[in-house]
Amino acid sequence: MSIVSMTDVVKSYPSSEKNGAPVVAIDGVTLQVEKGDVYGIIGYSGAGKSTLVRLVNGLEKATSGSIVVSGTEITSLRERSMRAVRGDIGMIFQQFNLFNSKTVARNVAYPLEVAGRSKTEVTARVAEMLAFVGLSDKAKNYPDQLSGGQKQRVGIARALATSPSLLLADEATSALDPETTSEVLALLDRVNRELGVTIILITHEMDVIRSLATKVAVMDGGRIVERGDVFDVFSQPENAASARFVSTVVQGIPSPVEVATLKARHEGRIVTFSFRDGNASQAQVFLDLAEAGIRFELVYGGINDIRGRAFGHLTLALTGEDAALDAALARIATHSEVTEVSR
Amino acid sequence: MDKLIDLLPLLGEAAWETLYIVAASLLFGGIAGLFIGLGLYVTRAGSILENRVAFTVINVLVNIFRPIPFIIFIAAIQPLARAVLGTGIGNGALIFAISIGAAFGISRIVEQNLLTVSPGVIEAARAAGAGPFRIIRTVLLPEALGPLILGYTFVLIVLVDMSAVGGYIGGGGIGNFAIQYGYRQFNPAVTWAAVLVVIVFVQLIQFFGNSLARKIMRR
Repeated sequence: MSIVSMTDVVKSYPSSEKNGAPVVAIDGVTLQVEKGDVYGIIGYSGAGKSTLVRLVNGLEKATSGSIVVSGTEITSLRERSMRAVRGDIGMIFQQFNLFNSKTVARNVAYPLEVAGRSKTEVTARVAEMLAFVGLSDKAKNYPDQLSGGQKQRVGIARALATSPSLLLADEATSALDPETTSEVLALLDRVNRELGVTIILITHEMDVIRSLATKVAVMDGGRIVERGDVFDVFSQPENAASARFVSTVVQGIPSPVEVATLKARHEGRIVTFSFRDGNASQAQVFLDLAEAGIRFELVYGGINDIRGRAFGHLTLALTGEDAALDAALARIATHSEVTEVSR
Repeated sequence: MDKLIDLLPLLGEAAWETLYIVAASLLFGGIAGLFIGLGLYVTRAGSILENRVAFTVINVLVNIFRPIPFIIFIAAIQPLARAVLGTGIGNGALIFAISIGAAFGISRIVEQNLLTVSPGVIEAARAAGAGPFRIIRTVLLPEALGPLILGYTFVLIVLVDMSAVGGYIGGGGIGNFAIQYGYRQFNPAVTWAAVLVVIVFVQLIQFFGNSLARKIMRR
């Protein structure tokens, strides 16, 4: 069942200049997020990701289109009724946005107080959430006494205090160092697996998508240009923008500049073999090369693992008789993807 | 100098009067300024109760009243003081004039300090389902408290300054004392005694304001 269902959603802002054309931030997005998904939305700054996620909890109002969250059409809701819907949607932010004037415990308590829970209920739930994020000993501290990673964990505890079924994460790890990032990602993974919370994750870091998301949508210019299973988008990006993102974490087919460097350092012909789980075998490729008497050297690329499925691009420098090499490549091409990048 | 010693009881009385006028003006003007400042903040574009018409009206009102020199304002507001208080002279009318005159200036200081609160924090409160009035009470004011205290410290010193022209409409206070017994009687020692009292007031106000703000902001 879809927890979030967007259909033909448009969000435009009036132009800052007089009589100027309105600025379109979201240009006709249709998106289905299923219960239990970790749905990653990736795109460059200004692609519309932040606006898109704010449409889901009504922090921004859609100009047109339909947005259904947990069965409620929210585009027609007034601000007052929208507040009730927000109780079932948590949100975490790049800059954490903790209340600096309140202790850690009071930060986590805030949404519970807004929801009108009793004092005893609030105290118990705050203790439970702080234990979940591993910050029970920081309850009485103020946010400026915490590290970035701890702040985001408080942000997560606050966002989940009212037991929402949906969590919106807006660049939640972009202000953190790599080590802290993996810590927070591991926590978000627990949130999804142990608490069953659906997560919509906005990021410009492909690595975050790779380690956490089950599905991904790539945004460019206010539109979703590609979407699908994370493995599919990573292993075979179809859109140019997606391919650029994938190339930040996956060494694919070397670019002409990289080929030039490879040529300078290695002898022979440079060929890239692409593998996706199930449809190609590395062993067979190497066997075919060896049988044809061709010497090979791995010069670029690697194998990637996404949620237990492997794919990758291996670029080899091949030396041997040209005719034998051509024959071998032809044979390999029958069972694997071969791209000769330079000869 | 002998004259000054004779005048010391009057100086003490004038000092107390200044404290009373400033405290009362801070109460009335400070609260009015807080509300006007909040009005400016919440109605501005992109804020929690965005309202272009309301913002423009408040903004224009503040811009009209704020720049009027106080010594002119105090005379201009006299008819209103008479209508409201029944008198246009004395400390009551003075407090009335200072409260209204200062409220517009205070509103700008309040607005500026509220703007230092990160919009992201307000957004977090909205995302938690909080309405505008709850956000003002539980997030906006607590988050801006440190800067607001510094702002009000500044305001308090301005109020001491404003109260000094109280003699103009028959009010008392240290300014009146300095003019009546120092300036008009060609006695600089008396004037300077009044100056010293004002300096002490200002130092104390700034000291307490700073330490209170530091205490609030360190947590």
